[in-house]
Amino acid sequence: MSSGDRIASTFERLRKEGRAGLVTFVTAGDPDPGTSQQLMERLPAAGADIIELGMPFSDPMADGPAIQAANLRALASGASLIGTLDMVRRFRQNNSDTPVILMGYFNPIYQYGPSRFVTDAVAAGVDGLIMVDLPPEEDEELCDPARTGGLHWVRLVTPTSNEGRLKQVLQNTSGFIYYVSIAGITGTRSAAASSIGEALTEVRKHTQLPIAVGFGINTAEQVRETGEVADGAVVGSAIIREIENNLDESGRAKPELLDQVTGLVSTLSGGLRS
Amino acid sequence: MALTTRNSEPLESYRSGPDEHGRFGLFGGRFVAETLMPLILDLETAYSEAQESPEFQRDFDYYAAHYTGRPSPLYFAKSLTESLGGAKIYFKRDELNHTGSHKINNTLGQILLAKRMGKSRIIAETGAGQHGVATATVCALFDLPCVVYMGATDIERQAPNVFRMKLLGAEIVPVTSGTGTLKDAMNDALRDWVANVADTFYIIGTVAGPHPYPAMVRDFQSIIGRETKEQMFAAEGRLPDTLVACIGGGSNAMGLFHPFLDDPVQIVGVEAGGYGLETDKHAASLTGGRPGVLHGNRTYLLQNEDGQIDDAHSISAGLDYPGIGPEHAWLHDHGRVDYVSVTDSEALEAFKLCCRAEGIIPALEPAHALAHVAKIAPTMDKEQIIVMNLCGRGDKDIFTVADALGVEI
Repeated sequence: MSSGDRIASTFERLRKEGRAGLVTFVTAGDPDPGTSQQLMERLPAAGADIIELGMPFSDPMADGPAIQAANLRALASGASLIGTLDMVRRFRQNNSDTPVILMGYFNPIYQYGPSRFVTDAVAAGVDGLIMVDLPPEEDEELCDPARTGGLHWVRLVTPTSNEGRLKQVLQNTSGFIYYVSIAGITGTRSAAASSIGEALTEVRKHTQLPIAVGFGINTAEQVRETGEVADGAVVGSAIIREIENNLDESGRAKPELLDQVTGLVSTLSGGLRS
Repeated sequence: MALTTRNSEPLESYRSGPDEHGRFGLFGGRFVAETLMPLILDLETAYSEAQESPEFQRDFDYYAAHYTGRPSPLYFAKSLTESLGGAKIYFKRDELNHTGSHKINNTLGQILLAKRMGKSRIIAETGAGQHGVATATVCALFDLPCVVYMGATDIERQAPNVFRMKLLGAEIVPVTSGTGTLKDAMNDALRDWVANVADTFYIIGTVAGPHPYPAMVRDFQSIIGRETKEQMFAAEGRLPDTLVACIGGGSNAMGLFHPFLDDPVQIVGVEAGGYGLETDKHAASLTGGRPGVLHGNRTYLLQNEDGQIDDAHSISAGLDYPGIGPEHAWLHDHGRVDYVSVTDSEALEAFKLCCRAEGIIPALEPAHALAHVAKIAPTMDKEQIIVMNLCGRGDKDIFTVADALGVEI
């Protein structure tokens, strides 16, 4: 089943390599189950240090147009929470090192049943969860059972988190911190690396956990800059847009999609390996 | 199954919610992104302070009386009563408010709060456009910029309200995601809010969303029920036997019901049954849905097995929402309020009935409530009394109705 703490060993390895990690986000089942599975399996070799896998939801309220469209494509091709867990299970048949974090919204898990979900997610080889719509105020819903059941609970820290709030947010957080660099939705604006650096200095006063930064990171240059101040850089919408660029008129994956997307991931990862 | 929480043990009070976590039993809560949490907490504090402030109350009462035109009449619908041949039917005439619906009660309260909090930009979502118009109106009154998110489908079927909002100076953002209706408009309003946290106040139009919205909107709308109680005692010297109101998110209903929850009064909420509950084209979340989490709160939702939200359908854009306010979900599970549904065609019949019998063109939303009144009134005694919330006027709906009746105008 579990091979120790994959998240901790990944950040330990990155520390030894003297670089920040690349966290890649894709939506499970986008644009279709087969392509999505193959893409996930090729991400580590392309340079992804951590895989963040979106659990499709009909109403992704924190996401911009690119990821909204990815959610709808995945759902239209039959994606479901059961399918997402299957994807991770298959991925684990050939990969026991790369951490997999599921990100999404609570309702599908609520319908699945939170405790049954935690059991099945751990068995499938999931390492942690990022839940957009479960702030600390709602920890008993899923955070508590997830942590007891052996999943990391990766919390979002935002520019609106003041000091008091920060302490509350960091409580019950494990694995790493996901710093949301802008107040906003995914795939829209970008924050300046200098302002991110200042914010992270503040967050580091309160935690030893590694910090990954996301929202608005699109290019290898932005990845490199982020890597100078953070322990990881998260890229989502840019990868999703590359998927979108490689669909034919009827929305099906073109043959070159996998090479194109993994090519982009290699380029992004290059920003951290120079 | 495990998610149902039906509980018929009577409670000491049905007016006690929400608790300090913003919950009505299982329902409600604060299921929002971390970026919004500090704002929601600020809003809760600011609202509690405003409730204690005589100045805030004075302003609210002043504008309610002199701008909205409250109290709205409680009108005995004599001709309708006679034609149905049963209980006495009263209309609470909230369609006579400035802007033509009950929505202004809430937008006035919220914009006064936004001013108190020093916010300089207002956003809102709208379905039928009544809440959008009421928001655009108070923004014009208080000179604040206003952005209204409205589904593209709704923009098409509610053209008069779209034009009204533009006249009032609001910017209308068409929402094309999903089915382009109220749910999608709310998603995009939340996306705007999260990106403009510093200066923006989100005026939610119904008793849903994260705490404190369901309680706050209910409080602003409760003026409807408080007036009704007073007016009913003046007219009849007693409580009514039955209250009836239509429900999309449920703000007009909550406003009428809340002051009566601990009284011996039968209370009925009417959901939009669309083409019928046996089809998948309806908006009856309580009768056709199950508990889930969306738009910041846990409540009954139309959804599939996997927790994906289904599209709602109703002839009435204002009821076309796959969820319902969490307090209604709680009252439903405790059996304090009966929730029924009425189809598109039943609502259309009631719409016509109201025009002819009373000379009042109702909005399609309260036409749903009236369709239920028409079912139950003949089964009741002549001494019994029904109060129905006539929460909106129908000018905005004449194109939809003409279309449904196959008439070209």
